[in-house]
Amino acid sequence: MKLSGSQIIIEVLIEQGCDCIFGYPGGQVINIYDALYEYQDRIKHVLTAHEQGASHAADGYARSTGKTGVCLATSGPGATNLVTGIATAYLDSVPMVAITGNVPCSLLGRDSFQEVDICGITMPITKHNYIVKDINELADTLREAFLIARSGRPGPVLVDIPKNVQVAVTEFTNKPVASPLPVPEADEKLLAEAAELIAESKKPYIYAGGGAISGDAGKEIEKLAELTDAYIGCSMMGISSVPYNNPRFLGMQGMHGHYASSMAQAEADLIICAGARFSDRATGKKDVYTRNCRIIHIDIDAAEIDKNITSDVGITGDIKSTLAKLISMVAKKSNPEWKEQVEKFRAEEAASLTKSDRMTPYDIVDTVNDKMPENAVIVTDVGQHQMWVAQRYRFSQPRKFISSGGLGTMGFGLGAAIGSYEGTKDPVILFTGDGSFGMNLNELATAVSFDIPVIIVVMNNHVLGMVKQWQTLFFDKHYSNTILDKRQTKFTKIAEAFGALGFSAATTEELSKALDEAIASKRPCVIDCAVDENEFVLPMLPPGGCIDNIITHIGG
Amino acid sequence: MGKHIFSILVTNKPGVMTRVSSMFTRRGFNIDTLTVGETESPEFSRITVSMIGDDYAKDQVVKQLSKLHDVKQVQVMERDDTVTRELLLVKVKNDSSTRQDVLAAVDVFRSKIVDYSPDALCIEITGETTKLNAFIELVKPFGIMEICRTGIVALERGSHCLRSSD
Repeated sequence: MKLSGSQIIIEVLIEQGCDCIFGYPGGQVINIYDALYEYQDRIKHVLTAHEQGASHAADGYARSTGKTGVCLATSGPGATNLVTGIATAYLDSVPMVAITGNVPCSLLGRDSFQEVDICGITMPITKHNYIVKDINELADTLREAFLIARSGRPGPVLVDIPKNVQVAVTEFTNKPVASPLPVPEADEKLLAEAAELIAESKKPYIYAGGGAISGDAGKEIEKLAELTDAYIGCSMMGISSVPYNNPRFLGMQGMHGHYASSMAQAEADLIICAGARFSDRATGKKDVYTRNCRIIHIDIDAAEIDKNITSDVGITGDIKSTLAKLISMVAKKSNPEWKEQVEKFRAEEAASLTKSDRMTPYDIVDTVNDKMPENAVIVTDVGQHQMWVAQRYRFSQPRKFISSGGLGTMGFGLGAAIGSYEGTKDPVILFTGDGSFGMNLNELATAVSFDIPVIIVVMNNHVLGMVKQWQTLFFDKHYSNTILDKRQTKFTKIAEAFGALGFSAATTEELSKALDEAIASKRPCVIDCAVDENEFVLPMLPPGGCIDNIITHIGG
Repeated sequence: MGKHIFSILVTNKPGVMTRVSSMFTRRGFNIDTLTVGETESPEFSRITVSMIGDDYAKDQVVKQLSKLHDVKQVQVMERDDTVTRELLLVKVKNDSSTRQDVLAAVDVFRSKIVDYSPDALCIEITGETTKLNAFIELVKPFGIMEICRTGIVALERGSHCLRSSD
């Protein structure tokens, strides 16, 4: 059948299994929006308040479902507003297709109204990008974009479509969805070497990253840990890969990781890394990180092997099938001394937790946690609140912790929460801070207009807490531009102004009551929670420091 | 640290050069020379990059380049198995007191005078980088006015060829 470029775009989105896209109209995408009008009973479009919100929503949709998220924006400022969201997805390996309109080909390169070279701009933050100048290449280019986004290590792909291509007409036929591009099989010799290291190890520690979730390898990690009597830790991106109640699971390690998890990492004689990149936030000083241990690094992306940490055995391959092979090659073993040592770390960690009379950040997390079902999607922004949630929330299922790891994007949360809800229809909580929430709270308009019952828990301490924490520790308490006490923002009033519900809570009782009302309302709600500005995220490994410098207590 | 030469087979499309070269900049690797041209098949171009770096850099360059969608094949060109050439054009002062020495140098290095004017000589010379460097050193005292060099091109010795795997 003969279709216009705009119709072809929507046809291919539907063909690729996309049921919901996030975007914002504008001059160079009017034709695509006209097609969306025509196809509105077959594909949902969520109008956000800002293109950045659309990009984070597509990201949240993808993280929570495993499907490819799609966002749409016009040329120029519409396209540049997507950039932070695309970079966020790139750094966390999230499958996304971003579609932008552009000026007609005849006006390209002339600094035309709202023209920007978005392909040039996004080159370093996409797996690949395209500008489609020929209507006959449009459908296959879009298909290839989806294929690249979800193949191997997932990531964002941008397709820039000049207006004349949206208008042009050509023959279109649907095609079956292509199977993902092949991934290299794990090398047998390397697997044997890895199995040998595991056999020799007396203190094995499995380090799960985001790849364990995108590679659906949680079960294999648990099985390998069981078989080799290993403990399991994770990076922030690896949270929820393994259920919290697995007795071997120690939680996040690294800069703000659990004491027991970071200590176990430091004492381990073997780290089996599954789908993590040994980021500086996770390792601190690298030579100390590896001083006691050998490293088996498994990743789907060959470029990650030996990039940040030199491994003893580096295996490129799909994590799930590679771990399955490894499991078949190792014998059951037990490491009673290791167990004793790690359980001691655990006891030390438990003993260090102190109770406070006022509501602590952990109390806030716990109160929410106790109210929410296991399938709730927990989204965060970036900063102290993010770390408190990462440390404390008890996740039982993968893809339930949605947080910007690699890029650390403040303002990520609300858009991502909206996308997560559209993808899953599960209950969605957004933990945010007064700083992060202030960045993109305009998306409350989206939540209200699309009846998205997201519950936004603002940990409000009237400071940019994470930066302030660094200033306290490393900058002689020079609180440069981190104290927000002059701001008069009333988040409850903001909620009401947008048509959402607003609550405030200074105690866990108030929070509990607000949550009950929020859940019952089935509407977007903001709960402004009072947090003391002197709450710190602990423990902390100082930047560039190591386990020997772990800070577990801040006096005064 | 050593000199590494990479042969990179890429799809012959606009923007591919930028993708390749920006990867080097982005990841902190310094390109020494870069050449590009169409191959025996018009679908593909071949980029030759030389770079000073350690083995870590070499390894990362290959892996990161291989991830680019338009890159079809990357090969590290090992010194002993590779023919490398570079072309240099150099403009030297044409002065009656030194002219004979310049012409002698041109002769010994099997290079060519490609332009002759009353006050300048333009010389073309092809060879390995070391030969070109030696020639430049030799003619420097005669007064180099301008230099233009192509950067390294390289082919593997023997019958093995760089081909796209798909």
